[in-house]
Amino acid sequence: MSQNTNAVKARNERYNKYVETVTPKTSIPKALFHSFAVGGLTCVIGQGIGDIVKLISPTMPNDMVSNITSMILVTVAILFTGLGFFDVIARQGGAGSFLPITGFANAMASASMEFKTEGLIFGTSVKLFSVVGPVVVNGIVWSTVAGLINLLILGMK
Amino acid sequence: MSLFKRSEKNDSAAVEQSSAEFPLRTPSARQRIMRFFNTPRIVGKMSVVGEKESKGPMGKYFSKCETDDKMGEKTFERAEIRMVDTAVRGAIRDARLGIDDIDVMVSGDLLNQMTTSSYAVRDLGIPHIGIYGACSTMTEGLMLAASLVDSGYYKNVVCAASSHFATAERQFRYPLEYGCQRPPYAQWTVTGAGASVVSTNNAQTERFPKIVAAIPGLITDYGVNDLNNMGAAMAPAALDTMYTMLTQSGFTENDFDMIVTGDLGKLGSDILRDLMRERGIRLGQNYIDCGNIIYDVDQKCYQGGSGCACSATIFNSYIMDKLTSGEFKRIAYLATGALMSTQSCYQGETIPCISHAVIVESPFGGEK
Repeated sequence: MSQNTNAVKARNERYNKYVETVTPKTSIPKALFHSFAVGGLTCVIGQGIGDIVKLISPTMPNDMVSNITSMILVTVAILFTGLGFFDVIARQGGAGSFLPITGFANAMASASMEFKTEGLIFGTSVKLFSVVGPVVVNGIVWSTVAGLINLLILGMK
Repeated sequence: MSLFKRSEKNDSAAVEQSSAEFPLRTPSARQRIMRFFNTPRIVGKMSVVGEKESKGPMGKYFSKCETDDKMGEKTFERAEIRMVDTAVRGAIRDARLGIDDIDVMVSGDLLNQMTTSSYAVRDLGIPHIGIYGACSTMTEGLMLAASLVDSGYYKNVVCAASSHFATAERQFRYPLEYGCQRPPYAQWTVTGAGASVVSTNNAQTERFPKIVAAIPGLITDYGVNDLNNMGAAMAPAALDTMYTMLTQSGFTENDFDMIVTGDLGKLGSDILRDLMRERGIRLGQNYIDCGNIIYDVDQKCYQGGSGCACSATIFNSYIMDKLTSGEFKRIAYLATGALMSTQSCYQGETIPCISHAVIVESPFGGEK
């Protein structure tokens, strides 16, 4: 009702400005360093696994090597989620732990663990994508858009 | 009596016309304070907390600590129900009463449809009034219990509030093991339950702390819409109720041995101090915030605790102990609650907040 009057609006704006000045902020250089370290380390480990796989069977095609590397990383991330390490790492890593494939694995595994109590169908199955849903939806939508642009500009090849 | 006189003035202005930087809404002559002339007594109390809370600075005051988050139950929800059950039964035992002596239970929690309270009462078998005041549930419960007892409808009323970190997290935020970073101004939901028994004033209950007044809160919304910044959203609600209390109760801030707010956290209590100072009221050493004191700095809880149990457990342990022993003569207990849901915030609504106040006096010399 009164939320729309000018006096209230002006007061709310003042208050929000004041709150912004007193609210502690995340230190950006520190956060950048942490996410770079955690994200970079994940990628280095991934590269290491890929190199080892390549060493074991030198005749394997490169696609297969990267597939196996991703599978191993995802399995380890899910294992870490289940054992309760992942959120400790992620609290430091931020985007560094969220962006690689391990972050996606953690989001799905944590949701399936959390909603296990409501049963396999209504809990795990329904809520499995509750966190990663936006990633999947946006992935499909924007790849479709990119594909259409590609088709219009470059034509069918 | 001026106490019951209704204001005739129709205050159409939305906010007060004063030079204050953050004007309050309708500072009319409306009397918001309820005085309990028959002084209902708080005769029993019990607080149950989780392991993390028991390791905090207030740990030694709590009656019971549950070391297992699930307490041997199948789900976290069942664990919370068990905590309420323990707290209520404990409070009734502490009051030296039986379950059958309790006329009604007033309780609430954070979960949708207040399942925790309802399921807990199903096992207890007491008539139930469910209330939802988010984190302010305990003061709302005490206020209603006191008015039920004061008016003479009931003799013994038990009120309770509970919250659990895992159940609140799943309802309001993300799965527990999901690796997300919290902003430095976030708060941590307290795992615990608190219950108190309010009884009529008679020869047997004379030695217990008495509830002398209460102020129902006004929904206050200063346009904060950050789900994580609860302290900043709730501070204006506390300001409104505290300012009303200090202007209408006849007590100044120095007449209280302790002014306790619920779960504003460190940031919120600093904001409240600022807002009060702007109105010429200095909150000194006698002001504490339960959210601020329940965890140690090194427990990584950012701005402190939140949730119904945050103030409910501290009130039913530390504060009641000091009141019973007479160390505190008079305290004001204002718990604040943020009345949003996750949907309303995603729909772009701001966070409406409320703060109820209860003034409790020690049996040993309430006058100062």
